[in-house]
Amino acid sequence: MGTDPGLGRANSVRIMPTDRIDIRHVARLARLALTDAEIATFGPQLGSLMSHVDALAQLDTQNVPATAQVVPSRNVQRDDAIRPETILSREAALANAPQVQGPYFRVPRIIAEEG
Amino acid sequence: MNPVTGSAREIARAVNARTASAAEIAEVLIPHAERVDAQLNAYLELTPELMRAHAKRVEERVAAGESLPLAGVPVAIKDNMCLEGTHTTAGSKILNGFVAPYTATAVQRLLAAGALPVGKTNLDEFAMGSSGENSAYGLTRNPYDTDRVPGGSSAGSAAAVAGFEATISLGSDTGGSIREPAAFCNVVGFKPTYGRVSRYGLIAFASSLDQIGPFARTVEDAALTYDVIAGKDPLDATSVDRAVEPAADGLREDLRGVRIGIVTEFALDKLDPASRACYETAYADLERLGAELVEVSLPTAEYGLATYYLIAPAECSSNLARFDGVRYGLRADAPDVNEMYERTRAAGFGPEVKRRILIGTYALSSGYYDAYYLKAQKARTRIAEDFARAFERCDAIVSPAASSPAFRFNAKSDPVTMYLMDYYTIPGSLAGLPSLSVPCGAALPEDGTRPMPMGLQMTTPLFTERALLGYAHAYERATLHAEKIMPLTMDAESSMMLRTPTGNLA
Repeated sequence: MGTDPGLGRANSVRIMPTDRIDIRHVARLARLALTDAEIATFGPQLGSLMSHVDALAQLDTQNVPATAQVVPSRNVQRDDAIRPETILSREAALANAPQVQGPYFRVPRIIAEEG
Repeated sequence: MNPVTGSAREIARAVNARTASAAEIAEVLIPHAERVDAQLNAYLELTPELMRAHAKRVEERVAAGESLPLAGVPVAIKDNMCLEGTHTTAGSKILNGFVAPYTATAVQRLLAAGALPVGKTNLDEFAMGSSGENSAYGLTRNPYDTDRVPGGSSAGSAAAVAGFEATISLGSDTGGSIREPAAFCNVVGFKPTYGRVSRYGLIAFASSLDQIGPFARTVEDAALTYDVIAGKDPLDATSVDRAVEPAADGLREDLRGVRIGIVTEFALDKLDPASRACYETAYADLERLGAELVEVSLPTAEYGLATYYLIAPAECSSNLARFDGVRYGLRADAPDVNEMYERTRAAGFGPEVKRRILIGTYALSSGYYDAYYLKAQKARTRIAEDFARAFERCDAIVSPAASSPAFRFNAKSDPVTMYLMDYYTIPGSLAGLPSLSVPCGAALPEDGTRPMPMGLQMTTPLFTERALLGYAHAYERATLHAEKIMPLTMDAESSMMLRTPTGNLA
């Protein structure tokens, strides 16, 4: 209810489509390493797409509720019981892992060494 | 009954009556699929041993007195659905080598109904695309012109059925990924209501839109397949707990008393003249069958693409976060875990997937959520309301299924131009409606020498699958468009097979 944020913020800054999105920042958020060539290609492409998306600003959505899912649904609960047919064995769960150590997934260092 | 060209209904009837054996069907279909697939590349993996094992099981069950709705019917599975023990790549390098540890519910139901798995089919990476060209594993070709795309994202599932490499197949549709390739390949493609078919074991792209559905060469076979896969699944909390009205029996033969909506905003003058003529004829045929044509308006449909290209990438950016190189799939070496994530995802994802992850991450990022994702969700409400209003005046809405006939490879290098292919399918997806494409003739592309198949899209209110399939059946049986053109891959040997009675095939 109340005022619709519309596309106010996105539209308030007039910048060229190519620099509209800080691709490096977004890529960092997405944990995606990009090459300089990709940044040069994706920048204008995403800018162009977002310009198309801006058309939505013209659609009146004041007092319109958001739709997260279209079909009437309610929260589904199940019995707190084990369903053996849905449980993967440890071997099956580890079978596709790139690297394992004993019964664990092995990953590179997460906490930096001191010093 | 011919194992290659027969319908699912005919095959199941013959196998249940034990006038044909599932094993014989497998032995005819396997070499045929191998030969045709050398031209089409519809399959990423053929599963002949699994097919033979299931054929044996079907024969045992039939011999024990069971009658199975899809007994001995060869089925192809889009490779974003898990089938235990087979590779499941979603068309992505990041899942190269991944072996599914369990089977998707929709696939499980087909196998339990007696279907025989031919293999896993090619697709646009993670089902993101409208041409099949985004697969990391090569192009699938259109059986009606191998210089053209089969459509996407369910490229291989459409091409396999069109090329007689399977009788039916499963695809998934997020914004048109079943209906558009069905139109391009002269087959029926059906997306049920959102939540009608379990998504358990389907690799998620955009969870509020993804829906599994069948491809078939006839509406009746699509209905038969739908009857098997639809229904509540405790393993997918979003699957709808509502009785499924079986659709395959009693499909209607006329459209008397049916009000069919033609959408003002989808004026046919946007199309090339040949496509336009095709749809004008189709609308006249509907009227000839007894339908009353009424004009309806979907004023917000023009916002469909913008809405979709916020919601789908936002959900994709979240869903694809699971591909991090830890538990399965590709891993790139790196000294620490953050760099490992970044390098793994850089090496594993193709350009279209990266684009969508970036758009989605941006649209959900701090400060932009209200302006983009929330705004799109509100637009989605308005689009669904438009449909509800239109359905007060009609029983079904028809339109083109795609913006043009199948185009040539590399014809659409600009992402937005490619996205426009789904102009007609996206609004119905956002509203969660059941929708299908049924063959409606062929049109000569402006840059072509050979007429290419066209698809008529029909859309009905939520949970009215039976009515929808009935309307499509009446239109199909009255026009028989699918049977008027033959795929190029129906070579001399296969054509011979068409004319040979079953008994001489072995």
